[in-house]
Amino acid sequence: MIERKQVLHVARLARLRLSDEEVEKVAGELSGILAHVDRIGELDLDGVEPTSHVVELENVLRADEPRPSWPKDVVLELAPDPADGAFRAPSPQAEA
Amino acid sequence: MGELLELTVAQAARKIAAGEIAAQEYLEAWREAAAGDELNAYLWRAEDGAGGTEGSLAGIPVAVKDIFCMEGVPTTAGSRILEGYEPPYTSTAVRRLGEAGARVLGKTNMDEFAMGSSNENSAFGPVLNPWDRGRVPGGSSGGSAAAVAGGLAPCAIGTDTGGSIRQPAALCGIVGLKPTYGAVSRYGMIAFASSLDQCGPLTRDVTDAALLLAALQGRDPCDSTSVGIEGGVEAPSREDLEGMRFAVPAELARDAIDVGVREVFEATLETIERLGGEIAEAPLPHAEHGISAYYVIAPAEASSNLARYDGVRYGMRSESAGDLIEMYETTRAEGFGAEVKRRIMLGAYALSSGYYEAYYGRAQRVRTKIAEDFSAAFADFDFVVTPTSPSVAFGLGEKTDDPLAMYLNDFFTVPMSLAGIPAISIPAGLAEPVGGGPRLPVGFQVAAPAFGEQKLLDAAHALELAIGFEAEPGDADG
Repeated sequence: MIERKQVLHVARLARLRLSDEEVEKVAGELSGILAHVDRIGELDLDGVEPTSHVVELENVLRADEPRPSWPKDVVLELAPDPADGAFRAPSPQAEA
Repeated sequence: MGELLELTVAQAARKIAAGEIAAQEYLEAWREAAAGDELNAYLWRAEDGAGGTEGSLAGIPVAVKDIFCMEGVPTTAGSRILEGYEPPYTSTAVRRLGEAGARVLGKTNMDEFAMGSSNENSAFGPVLNPWDRGRVPGGSSGGSAAAVAGGLAPCAIGTDTGGSIRQPAALCGIVGLKPTYGAVSRYGMIAFASSLDQCGPLTRDVTDAALLLAALQGRDPCDSTSVGIEGGVEAPSREDLEGMRFAVPAELARDAIDVGVREVFEATLETIERLGGEIAEAPLPHAEHGISAYYVIAPAEASSNLARYDGVRYGMRSESAGDLIEMYETTRAEGFGAEVKRRIMLGAYALSSGYYEAYYGRAQRVRTKIAEDFSAAFADFDFVVTPTSPSVAFGLGEKTDDPLAMYLNDFFTVPMSLAGIPAISIPAGLAEPVGGGPRLPVGFQVAAPAFGEQKLLDAAHALELAIGFEAEPGDADG
């Protein structure tokens, strides 16, 4: 069973704010899902290589030719709060 | 006009090329049909633009899952966090369809970030199944499947990470193909689980699926994991299955399959034998652990991919003030729906210190075993077959309170995704849902070795011809 403390720890890692109600709910749901997943704990997987990618590829390289980047104004137009040619975000330090 | 909408894509393309139909007239007819969407299948529809005149898909309108970026067109991936986002570039898949002469008819609804098997996780409301509007169309490409089945588009594209093309195709009575991982470029396709995501067609028949795949596939310098299909893809013409060997997984959990679905599956096996195909059981002992491996690997990759939605560079930002970390946390809390949060939490948990090896590490090893099982089967067989989904379309709201029950819908589609191999779902018949009611479509899944799309399409074509599935939504139960 996953505890409330673990849920809050993972939520912090994932930068997700969860309501008290969500914390309770997620704890129960993750416990249920992981109980199912835990069955792979019974398999003998010694010496089995992990698969992270299914198509065998060597390093894929392209010619190192300079290309134009996105125009700054096009990209900044998508931002919630552009300012002075940059992305503006709240200060990392809470204001008093 | 009605007759225009009856044509398959291949038929329409031929008539347009021969000058028997004007591309503009065909496009207008479909725009009008799409404008009558009562299924919530579309999130955006193109208002203008001319039909294409050159290429294999000249004049063909296509419905595009709202996960594909299109320059200057709203692209949400079914999420509030991307509401109002208009990408500055177009995905390779959509660009290739355009180069083949196709025109985008609209963007289709989907489960948020392609996470779901019912389309109930869309921030913009569920899609209704055209066969029974009280039921789900499947997911996550539910809008694409419902649009094609409901006569709102002649064909569509979607994405499949663990069954998101095949399962909705099955539940809506159409054809859905997940190509081999690497067959189609993922550039401009909003990422869910990068080692699994693949674009593919949802169509009325197998020939149309081949036509779309031929245009979509190919290596793309913008996606280093794309390799394309050597030799390309041609229209299938095969009408028998002589000399072809079909494997049924020896461990196939028949008890977990609804009785009506099982009957259609067994009847389809008989059809294969009648066409000259051979059927035998093959061991795929690890396939049953597919769900466990998938629901670690896919959420793990998702938790990493979705880290980019931080309210800084694009998409929404929470109005509530605070410091930087608070802004991240509240933006993501307000922007993501319940299922996306659940998967991010699951993935972040599986990757967190102390649990990484027990979950992510083991899941990756199970993935290897599943791929090895398929390789062993393909040493003796041409194809592996299963039902696409254990049930027909279920009721709206029926499984929303039980995430694990929802995940088990993907039981038969996830193993192929983990192995990266191509698989197609074709409508094989109708079955009564458990608990009674009008009969609903059942999908039959055929999987082939990596990059074996041509053989897969050829066999599916022969099978489709013999099955002769002609039921449509709105038919009296028959």
